[in-house]
Amino acid sequence: MSINLQALSAQLLVGLINGSFYALLSLGLAVIFGMLNIINFAHGAVYMMGAFCAYFLLNIFGIGYWPALIIAPVLVGIFGMVMERTMLKWLAGLDNLYGLLLTFGLALIIQGVFQNYFGSSGLPYAIPDELQGGINLGFMFLPIYRGWVIVCSLVVCLATWYLIERTRLGAYLRAATENPTLVRAFGINVPRMITLTYGLGVGLAALAGVLSAPINQVRPLMGADLIIVVFAVVVIGGMGSIMGSIVTGFALGVIEGLTKYFYPEASNTVVFVLMVLVLLVKPTGLTGRAV
Amino acid sequence: MVASIDHPVRTTSRRIIGDEMIVFILMTAVLAIVPMTGIYPFFVMQGLCFALLACAFNLLLGYGGLLSFGHAMFLGTAGYVCAHALKVWDVPPELGIGAGVAAAALLAVVTGVVAIRRQGIYFAMITLALAQLLYFVYLQTPFTHGEDGIQGVPQGRMFGVIDLSRPDTLYYVILGGFLFGFLVIYRAVNSPFGEVLKAIRENEQRAISLGYKTDQYKLLAYILSGTLAGLAGSLKVLVVQNASLTDVHWTMSGEIVLMTLVGGLGTVFGPVVGAFAIIAMQQYLAGFGQWVTVIQGVIFVVCVLTFRRGVVGEIAHYFKRSL
Repeated sequence: MSINLQALSAQLLVGLINGSFYALLSLGLAVIFGMLNIINFAHGAVYMMGAFCAYFLLNIFGIGYWPALIIAPVLVGIFGMVMERTMLKWLAGLDNLYGLLLTFGLALIIQGVFQNYFGSSGLPYAIPDELQGGINLGFMFLPIYRGWVIVCSLVVCLATWYLIERTRLGAYLRAATENPTLVRAFGINVPRMITLTYGLGVGLAALAGVLSAPINQVRPLMGADLIIVVFAVVVIGGMGSIMGSIVTGFALGVIEGLTKYFYPEASNTVVFVLMVLVLLVKPTGLTGRAV
Repeated sequence: MVASIDHPVRTTSRRIIGDEMIVFILMTAVLAIVPMTGIYPFFVMQGLCFALLACAFNLLLGYGGLLSFGHAMFLGTAGYVCAHALKVWDVPPELGIGAGVAAAALLAVVTGVVAIRRQGIYFAMITLALAQLLYFVYLQTPFTHGEDGIQGVPQGRMFGVIDLSRPDTLYYVILGGFLFGFLVIYRAVNSPFGEVLKAIRENEQRAISLGYKTDQYKLLAYILSGTLAGLAGSLKVLVVQNASLTDVHWTMSGEIVLMTLVGGLGTVFGPVVGAFAIIAMQQYLAGFGQWVTVIQGVIFVVCVLTFRRGVVGEIAHYFKRSL
């Protein structure tokens, strides 16, 4: 079998891009799960909201890509914090399956409303002028925007890792994950930290949405199928470790890209098949904390 | 389970079973006279299929504490296999139903072995992912006819004599299938097996420490639930005469959860009430397009925040009865 380097590297690039979205989304899921002990089923919906937010900013307010990269995650993050304060908060102490059901309902509402107004087709979002064009690397042509997405999400992932694992705020966060009552006794406002954490996780998803808007078009259901793949990523990687989520996200994107080249029929299913294999060999997931 | 007859606990549980029996007889009587009332039988038959599906799901979540977010895979798999057997192999309906149920049972064994390796939230995510895997498989394999689905499935003659193309006859066959599945679940829940299942739901660690092999109980509950969901899928094919991708999609899995939640988790009759409520809502609001999705989302949110017992659960709680 001769390998077409051009096609292979193109698929690898697509894989890396999908991997950066998996990483950003599973990272957010892991951060939220750590603090709130719920799986945020609305994660795909807020990812979609991030993309729509960028679209509205451009088409209604004339605000371009670069400000939107900051504004959209902040706005969606605030939306998430409102959801946490008004609804998720009341689930504390209940079985965490209720959190899954509540956020599933929220996802249905958000996606349904957007579908009503925008149908199911995609809206275009132009690549910003600064990132137009591409570079010829000799063995492949690299569109600059795609390179930017990978670098940007890698930087954001590592920054989040640094924030949680290496700063004082992150130390509070990790302590509150282990024992919220004790941390509150030390005078730290844990409920506010929970709200901010949810906002952070949701903001990360929205950022991924903005990044993907010029590549995947802006669609109401763009996050609906993605979130299921991200769930499989989370099962494979386990939610115990931040770095684990990042590495697993990128790695699975690359594997998916390779599958698209070598055996395209399985590219939709490869992540799920890997999940089954991991569960059979190492049920606790690769980074291994049993839940 | 071996308590003597005059033991107070035993008498209470006897009265409870009495309540449930009365409601069961009432339900059966109401369902039996439907064809004579002029109510659209197609709607009730569809409702019965979803009611059985929700009951099967409830066996797993309400009694075993396992939230499967992929139960549509049993509905869809049984549906495809049953439809294929009836249309392409031209088998009689009883064999078609059997083939669908067998396929669902096999699928439950295979996916169950994988899924019960994790608990709680992970179990939900794994079943959802497995169902999505199957969705893509059915999207690509030729026998399901992709987006078109299997259309125009013949209903045929059951055992060579019962003509299922007559609506009234079909209705009683579907009702029979539903009651059979319902009673199997009822029997399972009130058996020693069901008691252990409830013990696992309440405290799995303690059940393990008492010497129960909880994984085996959970797997058995999962297989039973998947198989009966398959029965619902086979029956549904006879009613709607097609099998399509919507039955395998995650939105269907979500609807099953919603039906059970609305009716009442862990109640005997809740899933039946919930299934009819959701089907009726979809029927009446069909003209509102995507707003139906939004309304379903709102019901989810309201149920989880304020109404966790569900309709039947609230009634049972009010009268201090078990229903």
